[in-house]
Amino acid sequence: MNNNYFEILRAGINTTFQDKGRNHLFHIGIPFSGAMDNRNFYLANKLVGNKLDSPIIEFAYQGPLLKFYGDKISIAITGDVIFKLKKKDIEIEGKCYESYQLEHGDKIDILSTNKSVYGYLAISGKFDVKFQWGSCSINTKAKIGSNEGKKLANGQKINISRIKLNQDKKKINYLNSRIENIRVIKAPNFNYFSEESKKDFFEKKFTVSKLSDRMGMRLEGLKIENIVNTNIKSEGLLKGVIQVPADGNPIIMLSDHGTIGGYPKIGVVASVDYDRLVQITPGSKIKFKEIELSDAETLFKLYEMETQNLISQI
Amino acid sequence: MIKNISNLGDAAIYCDFGTEVNKKINFEVIKYFKAIKEKDIKGVINLTPSYNKLIVSYDLRVTSFKEIKDKIENLEVNEIQEIATKKLEVPVCCDALYSLDMERLEKKLNLSKEKILENFFNKEYFCYMTGFIAGMPFLGDLEENMRAQRLETPRIKVPKGSVGLTEQFANIYTFESPGGWNIIGNTPLNVFDSSKENDPNLINPGDLVTFKQITLDKYKNYNE
Repeated sequence: MNNNYFEILRAGINTTFQDKGRNHLFHIGIPFSGAMDNRNFYLANKLVGNKLDSPIIEFAYQGPLLKFYGDKISIAITGDVIFKLKKKDIEIEGKCYESYQLEHGDKIDILSTNKSVYGYLAISGKFDVKFQWGSCSINTKAKIGSNEGKKLANGQKINISRIKLNQDKKKINYLNSRIENIRVIKAPNFNYFSEESKKDFFEKKFTVSKLSDRMGMRLEGLKIENIVNTNIKSEGLLKGVIQVPADGNPIIMLSDHGTIGGYPKIGVVASVDYDRLVQITPGSKIKFKEIELSDAETLFKLYEMETQNLISQI
Repeated sequence: MIKNISNLGDAAIYCDFGTEVNKKINFEVIKYFKAIKEKDIKGVINLTPSYNKLIVSYDLRVTSFKEIKDKIENLEVNEIQEIATKKLEVPVCCDALYSLDMERLEKKLNLSKEKILENFFNKEYFCYMTGFIAGMPFLGDLEENMRAQRLETPRIKVPKGSVGLTEQFANIYTFESPGGWNIIGNTPLNVFDSSKENDPNLINPGDLVTFKQITLDKYKNYNE
């Protein structure tokens, strides 16, 4: 018998279970997946006292409206998210980075992300999810992961297999920073492009297209001119790799990317900027800034220390 | 041998085995892939072998470019004579319902449909790699007169089971996906099965594949 669950009154646009993702599977064609914004994924879990890599609900733009049935449970939402808690008699404006206790019949209404894309909902306990290759992460293209690899849908139940007893209120002061300059390391096919385009790539602004999802972020603006060959022999891809197809519009690979691809690679987004890159909304302008490998490594270490520091404050 | 080792971003090593695509170079890639996999290097999270490249990605929180590069450069690679492989036959229906790009291909290659099918079916293919989407095999090599470029505008949805051609390769779309290959038929065979976690792919690098033409009737009754 499962007595603890959420009923999905409204699923939202792209609501999935995610966790740390899947390793060691690129060679058979299975992408990494996992939470897009890792820092916010960890912080959400810490705010409800879970292990940092526990399964979580990720939503994009408009989140879900959920009704809770069962014993008291604590929840936390991270990202830049506008949400409400609807209790018996009162309605509370929710604050991100703060845990709240829900009782039987309470509702969480995640209205939208604010000038960002992804948000996270964690519960003090365990979602009843299926693991495939050690991860619950839903990849809707390959139909892999929990919920038969599909987005969460209206009317569905989200079962909770265990609720933690310790539900102390936790909070942290944190404000997501936004970036416009994305730091990029040159990639092996950088010299496939004309001198002018190589210059433009690091000087001109690009607009994030509406055709962006968990697989990739498409960019529009100036066309990048290829002077060698618009195809390469297909080879491995990684998140952050920027491919330029024949039409000259760059595409940045994101967490659900195809494992191999045949378009020339002009650059790779530095790991330090990945969490903030995925939060950039369609229509926004971005600019690439060249960075050396050693600087990228140092900056990532600092970013990681900052993340650890935030986690330890909770 | 690896010709050049460089970085791909700040969390991966790019091992370049050359620019050509042939079984000899691909065999070198697979040898290194197996050696690094067996070595189980701390921090390595993914290996992506392809025709003539091997990408080793790692967790930047645990290790760095220099550490992994040193380990790969000093790696002892066992001389394996052959990769354990199997032979399999893949049934394909080329009815007009499924051969979505046949007309386009006839024009591109300047060959008749009959000739294209004859060339395609009378061959044994070598699986160079799997990927792009889960379990998709890249099978070579088609003769010179069968080589066509990708579609100018890729399809948003290529149906599951579609068998496509591009350049010297044939592939199979293991599930519905965007894609730009020239589709000549469809297989009822399930080439990727995510419920088999230990062995989800029917076709693996090194395997030898032949295609067998089947009728629409046979196709429809195949899984019954």
